[in-house]
Amino acid sequence: MQEAVAVVIDGIIYSAWLFIAAVGLTLIYGVMKIVNVTHGSFYALGAYAAASITGALLAHGMPPMLSYAVLLGSAVLVAIVVGPLIERGILRFMYVKDEVVILLITYALFLILEDVIKLIWGVSPYFIAEPYGLLGSFDVADLTYPVYNLILVGVAIVCGVGLAWTLTKTRTGKLLVAVIHDTEVSRAMGINVDRFYVVTFTFGSMLAAIGGAFTAPTVSVVPGLGVEVIVLSFAVVVIGGLGSLPGAALGAVIVGLVRSATIHYLPQAELFVIYLVMALVLAFRPRGLFMLAEARKI
Amino acid sequence: MTVDRTPRLLVAILAALLVAGPFVPQWALFLITIALAKGLVVLGLMILLRCGLVSFGQALYYCIGAYAGGMLGRLFEVSGVFTLMLAGMVASAVTAYVLGFLLARYRGIFFGLLSLAISMILYGLLVKSEALGSSDGFNVLPSTLFGIRPEDEWVRYVVLAVAGVVAFVAALLVHRYLKTPLGGLAPAIKDNEIRVEYMGASARHAIHVNYVIAAALAGLGGALGATTVGHIDPEMAYWTTSGEFIFITILAGTGSVIAPFLGAMIFGIIQTVAFDISPNTWQMVLGSALLVVIVFLPSGLWSLFRRRKAT
Repeated sequence: MQEAVAVVIDGIIYSAWLFIAAVGLTLIYGVMKIVNVTHGSFYALGAYAAASITGALLAHGMPPMLSYAVLLGSAVLVAIVVGPLIERGILRFMYVKDEVVILLITYALFLILEDVIKLIWGVSPYFIAEPYGLLGSFDVADLTYPVYNLILVGVAIVCGVGLAWTLTKTRTGKLLVAVIHDTEVSRAMGINVDRFYVVTFTFGSMLAAIGGAFTAPTVSVVPGLGVEVIVLSFAVVVIGGLGSLPGAALGAVIVGLVRSATIHYLPQAELFVIYLVMALVLAFRPRGLFMLAEARKI
Repeated sequence: MTVDRTPRLLVAILAALLVAGPFVPQWALFLITIALAKGLVVLGLMILLRCGLVSFGQALYYCIGAYAGGMLGRLFEVSGVFTLMLAGMVASAVTAYVLGFLLARYRGIFFGLLSLAISMILYGLLVKSEALGSSDGFNVLPSTLFGIRPEDEWVRYVVLAVAGVVAFVAALLVHRYLKTPLGGLAPAIKDNEIRVEYMGASARHAIHVNYVIAAALAGLGGALGATTVGHIDPEMAYWTTSGEFIFITILAGTGSVIAPFLGAMIFGIIQTVAFDISPNTWQMVLGSALLVVIVFLPSGLWSLFRRRKAT
């Protein structure tokens, strides 16, 4: 019984983390049709910015309770600086190219950003454990969890609900849906598509950076941090369907629960099982659980 | 009718390699051999790219080839280099034949993502399998040529010669294959699959065949790479390895069967030089090179030669 509770709680926490890390990817794909490998770089950038800025401020006597705001702020800052730079500077010239070619371009950018990170922050690891332990812990069925994990779940819910609300209820969101469905007609109707692209890319990358920033206190921030996140977010997003918001949520929950169950009951299968689910979904529903089949074009 | 220069060029390159080999320093021999091994994988990816397919999981077959060769040595103490390569090739081809029934139905991004998922499955399995050394992998037995182990200072050269001959034969066969009706179908599939089917050809069958050939080449390259390095680990199946192969494929272009080997060689040189000069920015150099090639040379480095010939 206790183990089952642990599986569910670990699963929820892991799902929340996966959702934050992956939802930006699905947003960017949905709007811009870019499978964005730099997503992992933004995750790492967010983690590094958060770790170094929070660390520096804490050392200068900032009240520790403020560190959560600083974590968020650093992620937003880094995405607002780097996101538009990449979209306006490079990607916007590439939209005429094939989806696969754009993927390769983001792969090239990922390689470049990996080293940019090393140049800025060096290769030695960063630790900021303080925010993690600060809030104490809570007990469920005799198991102790840090309250910090609740923040992750909270951030995930805010991101998901906020995005869904923006897309369906606001004017901007409705315009964005129009852009998703038909770029050319939207453009003809006077929608500033370029602005939507740069905002979407920055915002999607910001979500990745936030994911990295809130993970930073729980790990040591080292080079190569973003490499694994890329495939994991691909898995999450593909399971639900590329470009689908509810799909990303479902994908995160499936991967989160499946992984936490295998960690508890069959630890040898931990990594393999995630990609097995991804492969199975692709095999039976190639466009993911939430997407409809597309007719072949002549 | 133009003369087909490729076979002659291949012979010339092989001859140059074999003659110059003994005079080249050991580290360069190693570099060239690795480039040949990777070139074999890329040759396969080139065949797929001609159909418009980009596999983000070709490391799967590279890894299968390496492990098949390595396990033959570990379990049965087989060390003949040709046997190991044959084993790697067969293991990869058989896997690809089975998976091909599924993958040949996929196009574009979904083909890439599914092959990525499958290669990551293998990675996940290998990392957790203690019998195969988990994430550390294991050392490969020193290989022999027809039962003989060459003297130490000649080992690298002999491996290079073997790799050269194998790559030569593979390149020549692929060159021939691309001229057959089945091989010639690839660009048509890329352009318009439905028209291919109106002509009475099966795109799915052609892709399946190409997929198996590509896997066999990757398996061959994997076994060769394992023999050269002397060590194998699960990283060989990780997505970054696949990324590297795709990188070289794009760098090289699909213009000729020589291009993949040239691309792998240039990749090796850029990597080594950049890593030597500044160990923290070699990926940046590679990334920028890839970006420049995609933007300015969409058909790869090989198109440089072609353009010069046309003028």
